[in-house]
Amino acid sequence: MPSTVTLTLNGESRSFEGPEDGPMSVQGLLVLLELDMRKVAVELNEEIVPRSRYTETELASGDSLEIVHFIGGG
Amino acid sequence: MDGAVAGDDTWTVAGRTFRSRLIVGTGRYKDLEETAAAIAASGAEIVTVAVRRVNLSDPKAPMLQDYVDPKKITYLPNTAGCFTAREAVRTLRLAREAGGWNLVKLEVLGPAPLLYPDMPGTFEAAAELIKDGFEVMVYCADDPLAAVRLQEMGCVAIMPLGAPIGSGLGLQNPAMLTMIKENVTVPFVVDAGIGTASDAAIAMELGCDAVLLNSAIAHAKDPVTMAKAMKHAVQAGRLAHLAGRMPRRMGADPSSPLSGLIR
Repeated sequence: MPSTVTLTLNGESRSFEGPEDGPMSVQGLLVLLELDMRKVAVELNEEIVPRSRYTETELASGDSLEIVHFIGGG
Repeated sequence: MDGAVAGDDTWTVAGRTFRSRLIVGTGRYKDLEETAAAIAASGAEIVTVAVRRVNLSDPKAPMLQDYVDPKKITYLPNTAGCFTAREAVRTLRLAREAGGWNLVKLEVLGPAPLLYPDMPGTFEAAAELIKDGFEVMVYCADDPLAAVRLQEMGCVAIMPLGAPIGSGLGLQNPAMLTMIKENVTVPFVVDAGIGTASDAAIAMELGCDAVLLNSAIAHAKDPVTMAKAMKHAVQAGRLAHLAGRMPRRMGADPSSPLSGLIR
């Protein structure tokens, strides 16, 4: 039974249908957002989530994520 | 010393050796095509990059890496826009995760309009980052005591400003930069304030190991041509430094012999 997960993503509240078979992972979220995982970095509640832990890191309503990448800068 | 010196003239920061002594930013360009063209024309082997939130409404938008290959050009993530040590440390931890490298440019800034380096915040962030395994190239005030202290803490490059960020005013402090340089053994880089090619040449003539600039190229009328000019200016300034300038003298000293003149 999928449940709704409400997250704060880059400062904005967004709701997602969680997967049928358990809690949503960081990996699942990035796939849903269609992001290239090799080019982004993720902070969950102000803690870095290493790429190697995307699959095992579970998300729950109320979590706050920052998803960043490199852009032009001086 | 002969002409061959230029070919072997490299510099090394945190164990990485580079031939180009020009570090360029990747910001403020018209588009990513122009960014790539200007970087290529500059010959830079290191570029600074910023870390920002992904635009989640347009996840397929082209990214910097599609235009500037991090396998060929060393990305130096910066903390531009960070006004506290905490923001800067968070930003660089994210950068390390996004790119997988430890070499970073730390800047903790004071408020606009000067965006002057906030040295207490810079010390705090540098300590935290070094403890966490980062190799920190640090943007700082042209303060001789701060420069030495940052070096003693373990920063891998000392990068004082020549003038405020994006001001294009050129080096406002050449004498102080020269004096700071004498007490610094890690790479010494002028970062910020360069306005045109002659400013970059002057920085190199003073004996800096490299020059870091962004707006001077990106805000030129023709950025790609200015990138080329900067490449040559940095090389010319470096060669002039190695060659050793003639002494200044108050008064003339003719180059042509005074003997054998017709009468």
